[in-house]
Amino acid sequence: MEYLLAFLVGGAICAVGQLLMDLTPLTPAHVLVLFVSLGAFLSGLGIYEKLVKIGGAGATIPLTGFGYSLVSGVFEEIDAKGAVGILSGVFKNTSMGIAAAIFFGFLMALFFNPKE
Amino acid sequence: MGAQDPNLDKKLYYWRVQQKKPRPPVIRNTLLAFTVGGLICVLGQAVLAFFQSLGMTAKEAAGPTASVMVFLGAFFTGLGWYDELGKFAGAGSVVPITGFANSIVSPAIEFKREGFVLGLGARMFSVAGPVLVYGTVTAVVVGIIYWLTKL
Amino acid sequence: MTRSKKVGQQTFMFSRPLPIIGTATVVGKKEGEGPLGEYFDQVVTDPLFGEKSWEKAESKMVRTAIQLAMQKVNLAYGDLDFMFGGDLLNQIIASNFAARDVPVPFYGLFGACSTYTEALSLAGITLDGGFAARVLVTASSHYQTAERQYRFPTELGVQRKPTAQWTVTGAAATIIGEGGSGAALTCTTVGKVVDMGIKDVNDMGSAMAPAAVATIKQHFEDTGRGPDYYDVIATGDLGSLGKALAQEMLAEAGYDLSKNYTDCGVLIFRPDQDVHSGGSGCGCSATVFSGYFYSGLLSGQYSKVLLVSTGALLSPTSYQQGESIPCIAHAVAVEKV
Repeated sequence: MEYLLAFLVGGAICAVGQLLMDLTPLTPAHVLVLFVSLGAFLSGLGIYEKLVKIGGAGATIPLTGFGYSLVSGVFEEIDAKGAVGILSGVFKNTSMGIAAAIFFGFLMALFFNPKE
Repeated sequence: MGAQDPNLDKKLYYWRVQQKKPRPPVIRNTLLAFTVGGLICVLGQAVLAFFQSLGMTAKEAAGPTASVMVFLGAFFTGLGWYDELGKFAGAGSVVPITGFANSIVSPAIEFKREGFVLGLGARMFSVAGPVLVYGTVTAVVVGIIYWLTKL
Repeated sequence: MTRSKKVGQQTFMFSRPLPIIGTATVVGKKEGEGPLGEYFDQVVTDPLFGEKSWEKAESKMVRTAIQLAMQKVNLAYGDLDFMFGGDLLNQIIASNFAARDVPVPFYGLFGACSTYTEALSLAGITLDGGFAARVLVTASSHYQTAERQYRFPTELGVQRKPTAQWTVTGAAATIIGEGGSGAALTCTTVGKVVDMGIKDVNDMGSAMAPAAVATIKQHFEDTGRGPDYYDVIATGDLGSLGKALAQEMLAEAGYDLSKNYTDCGVLIFRPDQDVHSGGSGCGCSATVFSGYFYSGLLSGQYSKVLLVSTGALLSPTSYQQGESIPCIAHAVAVEKV
């Protein structure tokens, strides 16, 4: 069941992205920026949390989920430490993903060359 | 193009183009994006379940799951498969975090030829950088509001 | 007092036909597999062409095309008075760097994808003016070098729009002047920059079509010729959408091109080669003319060809700043002699 929900929620988020790319002049880069900001904004309103409870990875794997991780870290840190959490929380829950992206990105660039 | 108002000419030409322009196959693209994006999330769910089976909570497992997905996106980009997937999956492979990895690895690989520092290093975030910038800015602004409401 | 060679507003009639001595073309794998594959001299299957970068590969293609052309017509560098060449890259490095190995006085040109007819036009004027006996003309483009400069890294998994075009990987060299026979340049119509406000960088055909229409109309008005004068009128790289737009606008202006109009970007690929609207790039009209149309002129399949290469004069900086796309088209008439 949780797999089906992940499929439906994740698929739906990607479908919205596709509609934006096909029907508006937005480029993929614009859609990604929009999605991460939208995810952060909806997390601030407490809406995205509910979607994560329903969709699991379907809500956390799309880039909106990255926005959710940014904000959830900020909220956790604010709750624990007060105002410093506004900045210290940003990469709390996202540091692993970002570090992985930089490290694996470097590694791949080391070993691979662009294909045709 | 005639002696009339050039702005009118441009407007008329714009409409001429709009009428002739082939439309992207929106329904097909959306269904493919839904399916591929959904399947990538199912894979993510399976990875999440694996880490949970090691005794992690869902929250603790989120970071490792993201890292594994990032690795997969990076690896398939290195193999030259991710852009092929992107051709037919569209947003289905752009929006998941694997697409974020693709957006980091693809310039890194390509600009390696301009050197490791000013090429690979500097260009790595040419596409993903804006995502971090606007994600961070939004999160900080949301955080300030949250902090103010708690005072 | 010499008689003016200028007729009408923008057309220059050469006082004598300026014969093409020979041509050579080097293209990539996809172009070699396309419908015109057999007309190209060399097909390079490796996009790196044995070099360390795509830019170096493009430059090597230009060099190779020049060498092939010189061999075919049995000329030495000392026989050439000028080289006119260009490409799409910043600071036209493919041509500039190829010219390092070509000891011939060199003019580097940038006319985006119109570069080939821009160079032919200048070559014609130089020859007819008596400033040269033989001139070498080159133009090149390369899919990967153009993609990374104008759009995204090639491994980025993005979908292309149906109006997008595929940059041709290829270089052509054409030698014109004394000792040539078969086909000759007879006149040229030099284009003006036209900007109809199109901003969509995924739709070059629509941006360039008005420039092609303006130059073709001007050519007919200046020369008094009609579409029927030519066996074929070929635009450079409007693609299927731009071609349809150009044909429609010319029809509204009273010129029926339905029988003999084509576009090099439509000719060079099959629709099933995943190229969307068709081919583009300096190499597109350069290789299609030097390979396909030139051999058609020699074999007698064509006797009068009007080549109208079209260029979109944008840069990544200009479109990021929200500028529309200025475009240009230059026409050159090549006739059997």
